[in-house]
Amino acid sequence: MAILPIPSGTRDILPDEMRELSSIVGALKGVFADAGFGEITTPALEYEEVLSRADIGARPAYRVVDDHGAVLVLRSDMTVPIARVVATRYATSDPPLRFCYVAPVYRAVRPHRGMSREFLQAGIELVGLPSAEGTAEALTVLCRALEATGLREFRIGLGDAALFPRLLDQAGVDGPARGRVMRELATGDFVGMERELSVLRIDDAHASLLLRVARLRGGPEVLEEIGDAIGDAADGLLRLYERLAPEVARRLVIDLGLARDLGYYTGAVFEVYDPGLGTPLGGGGRYDDLLGRFGRSLPAVGFALRIDDLHQALTARNGHA
Amino acid sequence: MPDLTIAVPRGALLSETLDRLDWLDIDTSEVRSNDRKLLFGDVGVVTMRPSDVPTYVEAGAADVGFTGKDVLTEQSETDVYELLDLGYGPCTMVLATVSGPDPAAEALRRLGVIRVATKYPKTAADYFERTGRQAEIVEVKGSVELAPLTGLVEAIVDLTATGTTLRENGLVVREEIFLSTARLIANPVAYKLKAQAIDALVDRLRDAEAVRIAR
Repeated sequence: MAILPIPSGTRDILPDEMRELSSIVGALKGVFADAGFGEITTPALEYEEVLSRADIGARPAYRVVDDHGAVLVLRSDMTVPIARVVATRYATSDPPLRFCYVAPVYRAVRPHRGMSREFLQAGIELVGLPSAEGTAEALTVLCRALEATGLREFRIGLGDAALFPRLLDQAGVDGPARGRVMRELATGDFVGMERELSVLRIDDAHASLLLRVARLRGGPEVLEEIGDAIGDAADGLLRLYERLAPEVARRLVIDLGLARDLGYYTGAVFEVYDPGLGTPLGGGGRYDDLLGRFGRSLPAVGFALRIDDLHQALTARNGHA
Repeated sequence: MPDLTIAVPRGALLSETLDRLDWLDIDTSEVRSNDRKLLFGDVGVVTMRPSDVPTYVEAGAADVGFTGKDVLTEQSETDVYELLDLGYGPCTMVLATVSGPDPAAEALRRLGVIRVATKYPKTAADYFERTGRQAEIVEVKGSVELAPLTGLVEAIVDLTATGTTLRENGLVVREEIFLSTARLIANPVAYKLKAQAIDALVDRLRDAEAVRIAR
């Protein structure tokens, strides 16, 4: 029998698995709808020059030239297309706006790493609610959605994307050195960060604060421990905690070193972890500058979950893996 | 069940890694006495090639692991946290050629490109790109020292601890690329979900190292 290959990082999903995936998607959609999020779909193919207005985030990896010579790309996430929708189709609507989606997205893969070129994401975007209020609502929907799928032991890491850059400002770290320190933070190389900071000859108090913040994780008590030194960021996170129901708050792990690799986050950032999976199964955060790039400046927050990873975490828990 | 699963490299780093585990009160006697067994579930230890450690830790098959910076540099795309420079197993990544007039410099002058054999293709390619030289990387799996002696390449990029193997094959170090030592790495999810256990392990390794140096 001939083997007719499909591209690495893509796959066929057969009925047994599809049934399980559909039930996960159904549970998520139910929670999103109950919370007042309207489901939308956008085209998988968009004009490169429109999506590239975002200028940040995962760069689209696949391009085609259409019959008129225009360059089209396969979307790499749903956040940027929804920003476009909000700025154009909802240009005059009163915020807040609530959208949800379940859609395949397309990313570049590196060879031999088991990465997906095409994968299904489910998520929400909440547009036009200011900081703590919007973030609390998004985290609440996230917890309910995960619980509805049957996931039991998940935790949500919560950080602040604006915190580390601000501490670097205060320490007077700028130029290429700043980029190097941020890169060490993003890749979790604490040995490298210690080396970079020691080369910079900034004063010990600033250097040790940066290292401490990068490694700090735990319950809200860690904010009290370090609160004075990081000022607004701690206040912001504590205000957020105050808005959360106990069943949401108990899922959170404060992680001040959390840095998500998509560049558009401006405030709170979060990632979902489950003991059954070695990688985060989703995440999100605030992106208050993104919509302005498409012509309607509004604060926003959202998250996306990878359905395959969620499925795998659920399967590992049930002992089927 | 132990709190953490620890990936331990077999080979040159094994003995000093097991010494560190002793400091952590992990019973390493079975690992020391049995060099065929790979999984020691009672003490939470899995043993493997050093270059496989990042793969297992990234996937969460082990929560933390010990491996060399040479491995982490070559596999820099692996998503693991690097927690601690453990200082042992020092080696230098070097560019070496046969002794006498530098054949690499000559190749670069005459041909504009150097052929380089290595087991570290990514490290070598990055190094030549960073230093603005055109290089043709030849990946080999076995003894790299053979490649320049047979005329396959003009230079090698390889890891050396004492330089003995290079010297015995008539090779000299032309450039030092970086110093490699053993590192403690962690899975990013375990780093969050098992924060207390991992921080305790890091602190004990740090403290024990400080005591060792003070002696």
